[in-house]
Amino acid sequence: MPSPTCPLDVGKTVDLYFMEHRAKLLDIAAFLDRLDRSSGGPADDVRIRALKQVIPLLIDGQGNRTQRILERLSDHTSEPIPAAHTKAAIGVDPHGDY
Amino acid sequence: MAYIDPHIHMVSRTTDDYRRMAEAGCVAITEPAFWAGFDRSSPAAFADYFRQLTQVEPKRAAAYGIDHYCWLCINPKEAEDPVFAREVIALVPEFLKADNVLGIGEIGLNKNSKNEMAILEEQIELAKQHNQMILVHTPHLEDKLKGTRLTMDALKNADVDPGRVLIDHVEEHTVAEVLDRGFWAGMTLYPDSKCTPQRAVDIIECFGNERIWINSAGDWGPSDPLSVPKCHREMHRRGHGPSLAEKISLHNPIAFLSQSSAFKPPCEAARPTVSA
Repeated sequence: MPSPTCPLDVGKTVDLYFMEHRAKLLDIAAFLDRLDRSSGGPADDVRIRALKQVIPLLIDGQGNRTQRILERLSDHTSEPIPAAHTKAAIGVDPHGDY
Repeated sequence: MAYIDPHIHMVSRTTDDYRRMAEAGCVAITEPAFWAGFDRSSPAAFADYFRQLTQVEPKRAAAYGIDHYCWLCINPKEAEDPVFAREVIALVPEFLKADNVLGIGEIGLNKNSKNEMAILEEQIELAKQHNQMILVHTPHLEDKLKGTRLTMDALKNADVDPGRVLIDHVEEHTVAEVLDRGFWAGMTLYPDSKCTPQRAVDIIECFGNERIWINSAGDWGPSDPLSVPKCHREMHRRGHGPSLAEKISLHNPIAFLSQSSAFKPPCEAARPTVSA
């Protein structure tokens, strides 16, 4: 376990943040339910595959969850791409193994 | 508490925002040159933008007792056309003479393309030629990790002193490498897509409070010009003493920015510090 650097004890941390994150968890569940109820369009989306792949990291018992999720969603190549055809990013590595 | 927001795009904000920031304790801001939400059609548009940053915004800020500084460059989102970008870069040296210019920024990468890299390297060279500090934009989302590493490598290859460079928009997967390589790190607090105030305090708790600051990067999109004091409130909520917020939002920015002779520490910074 990481060393304790947050001044709050566990009970106070739960008291302060539980309701907020319960709501965020329900938002994710509702989003996935909404996807199930959607029709038409592409049957498969790399963003959803990536999302479902990183969700288990939340409860795998290891620390540094945020860092590991961000790394999993990142482009890990090291060479510049030939040209930028868009300014936008999609949030996951479009060529990632998800 | 007096604080500095070291990265905010006030050209996109209303005068009411200056008032609200002043009321919240903001004593100084630094404004990097960046994308306006659309591609400008000519280098002349950038000349107007640089005039706005060096002449207009300092007056708007001064009306509310806020010191205004800026950074100049062609931003990475408009750097894919190297011919256009070089015409803009040619405008920069004349504007570096203005009293409120701290350096070159926010330069960096957006999609990590070859042209973006070439323009980044040319602007690093521009900073070296004019002995200017550098403020770096790092890409968002899936491009951040790669773009941050490519940028730090380009700075190292150019033999730039990392202590005079701030790498902005760090997150949990980039902050350690940025600090380990001797750079300053900036955390951007955004309602969507970047760091929240809660995560920023988490990062400080995990990686320490040296060579790091927080900023709002408030601009024309979804953003909050009061996110810096809101992050201070998050520190307080967790039981951190006021000295942490002062370190992150006053003493650290003053230490970094004072490396530029253009920066004059705000007088409020001389007020006694309350111990944690």
